[in-house]
Amino acid sequence: MKIKEIDLKKVKPYGDALDDGKIQFSFTLPVPYGDEAKECAKRYLELLGFENVMITHMDKMGLGFSFFIAYGVANKTIDFTSIVVPKATKEVWDKHTIVEKIEKDLGRKIVVVGACIESDAHTVGIDAILNMKGIAGHKGLESYHGIEVYNLGAQVPSEEVIAFAKKVNADVILISQIVTQKDVHIANMTKFIELLEAEKLRDKVLTVAGGPRITHELALELGFDAGFSVGTFPEDVATFILQSLLKKKNDKRI
Amino acid sequence: MKINSVKSKLDLDKKIIDESRDYAKEIVEDVQKFIDLRSTSSVERAVLRLFGVEWYSEEQQLPYVNIIVDKLINDNLISRGSTYYLVNGLLRTGLPLKEFCDNIVSGKISFKSIEPLDFEVVKKKAMDMALSSSEKIEQNVVKRNQMIKDYGEGQPPYLYLIVATGNIYEDVVQAQNAARSGADIIAVIRSTAQSLLDYVPHGATTEGFGGTYATQENFRIMRNALDEVSKEVGKYIRLVNYCSGLCMPEIAALGALERLDVMLNDSMYGILFRDINMQRTFVDQYFSRMINSFAEIVINTGEDNYLTTSDAFEKAHTVLASELINEQFALKAYMPQRLMGLGHAFEIDPDIENQFLYELAQAQMIKEIFPNSPLKYMPPTKFMTGNIFRGHVQDALFNAVSIMSGQTIHLLGMLTEAIHTPFMMDRHLSLENAKMVFKTMRNISDEIEFKKDGIISNRAKKVLNDAHNLLKEITKKGLMESISEGIFADIKRSLDGGKGFNGVFIKDDNYLNPFEKIFIEKLKMRNPQFS
Repeated sequence: MKIKEIDLKKVKPYGDALDDGKIQFSFTLPVPYGDEAKECAKRYLELLGFENVMITHMDKMGLGFSFFIAYGVANKTIDFTSIVVPKATKEVWDKHTIVEKIEKDLGRKIVVVGACIESDAHTVGIDAILNMKGIAGHKGLESYHGIEVYNLGAQVPSEEVIAFAKKVNADVILISQIVTQKDVHIANMTKFIELLEAEKLRDKVLTVAGGPRITHELALELGFDAGFSVGTFPEDVATFILQSLLKKKNDKRI
Repeated sequence: MKINSVKSKLDLDKKIIDESRDYAKEIVEDVQKFIDLRSTSSVERAVLRLFGVEWYSEEQQLPYVNIIVDKLINDNLISRGSTYYLVNGLLRTGLPLKEFCDNIVSGKISFKSIEPLDFEVVKKKAMDMALSSSEKIEQNVVKRNQMIKDYGEGQPPYLYLIVATGNIYEDVVQAQNAARSGADIIAVIRSTAQSLLDYVPHGATTEGFGGTYATQENFRIMRNALDEVSKEVGKYIRLVNYCSGLCMPEIAALGALERLDVMLNDSMYGILFRDINMQRTFVDQYFSRMINSFAEIVINTGEDNYLTTSDAFEKAHTVLASELINEQFALKAYMPQRLMGLGHAFEIDPDIENQFLYELAQAQMIKEIFPNSPLKYMPPTKFMTGNIFRGHVQDALFNAVSIMSGQTIHLLGMLTEAIHTPFMMDRHLSLENAKMVFKTMRNISDEIEFKKDGIISNRAKKVLNDAHNLLKEITKKGLMESISEGIFADIKRSLDGGKGFNGVFIKDDNYLNPFEKIFIEKLKMRNPQFS
């Protein structure tokens, strides 16, 4: 049987047939449970431009709140071929290659300092990248021959991280931010970069930010050299660091 | 709290359990000798709060208790404790408490300028005053029991939900709705980094990061809101806060005065995860626990956190070892087992084959080793992702283990754990998930037995053996030395390092803390195991 061909210039959501435009929703409205609530939820999705809206589930949540699960059909299409996402690295090397290149091409050890700064107490991310154990079978940077790691842990003031980085002559500072309520991560990261600039270290040290709500683009915007999000493995970060340091080394030579 | 009874079915060696407990006891007794000689600035502030010093200086932007204790420290008087100087001052000046404190805070009167009365005279007056304060706390205990009798309560595993908007009034809306959706216990998450503040913020607060400040006024507001909704839903809704960080004993005092029901309170969490000085933490946890015990507040220990940094499969035994240590610390503070909500968590990587079996083995093992404690079971966090559908399944597995192993305090897992502080609908879905699993599996624990030498039973035995060996090792080095070597959660902390060390001091021969005396005496009468 012949099926429609996908036009990457005109993409829309796929439910169980090409271009059916189906999207699922779940949301809450601050209105009391009842028929009016259901109709209100339906009309709201229609207002957003969805067609054939179905409220498939509605539940009462305490006093004056209703919860909905719904489906709707989207009409708009998007040009997939026009999408460009900035990335920290083009090509990711494996651990073996990285260790080899550090020794042969860079010819010196790399000093990495990492911390969850300011109010953030969640070290899951920084630990996954730095600690020996790593994450999902990918060993952390501590296990890399040629990389010296200092993981300063949770709630470290930016001032302390920078002072420590100075002391150990760090090549790279890794900043982890997991809590993002009220954009506290933006405030923390901005403060860090400002302090780094005040210390005239901004151009001497590579800065890398990581966290579930951090993109490479956001990190660049805030003045970092790179940003990594969920799904990042230690080798992704190590590759970026090494590629940057190698580039610096070559630039100097020229 | 009601505690489910679960039959022993793992065939654990009682001798190994007993020996492990003995090691833990030995470890804690060693630290207790250290604790008994010391007090801290936050213990002294807690004492003042228990006497009713709850005011705040707008001018100095600090609570009275901080200003007063700082003055005692600066005048080199602190080693006798805050009680002696407060009561001596009251007797000498004849002023009422508030007025006397106003004068001290403003500097009109200095402690040094007040002629010291005979120690016994001051002590007698202090005991009378402390007795009347402790009666207020006892009235809270009576009131709680009466409300549970009048309204009833949920059944274990109690459904524990978190609110964390940063605004206490918004928290009230969410907490009341959570109770209407079926929650039994409500925790108001504290603002990030409050644990590192060396004072307790004052008044009703409407802004916080990742949570809401713990203040006496916020405690009152939420307590009233929960009392109101308790009546409406026909069951007593318990309130939780965080008795941890640099103000651990003060939060305990405020919780006792404002009738909180559960407090996060760990003997080592602050040392490991907040880099609070270990001497400070050990001394603070002792008086905190005594206050909690006196107020019949269930504590929750923080072992679940170990597994967020260490591997839950490889380091499961550190959780058990720490629980045994936490149990002994609590006993030293005259806290009976029925108030010890020892913590553990469902944190093994779901990509490991038979993960569910290992989780069940650990949960059942902990239940069998601490059958009389209201265990606190924490949901998956580390392996939660942005895939909320997967997360909902992980939470369902966690719920199943909890009901199968008879856990008491069940912290609800959120499908959006890895994304944000819970939306109202996240709580609703999580409650629905847990209620369905608990209802459909209500009596499963009575129906199942574990195969002798099967995966579950062998796993439990291995974890117990490893914990036994670890405790044995700690007895040789001592707890403080072991922590400095990174034995728990792979985190190393030194004896004099960390925050709050400057608040620790050695007690004078004439040191006075009347609450400690009264609490111990009454706790002995209330709990025959201590007399």
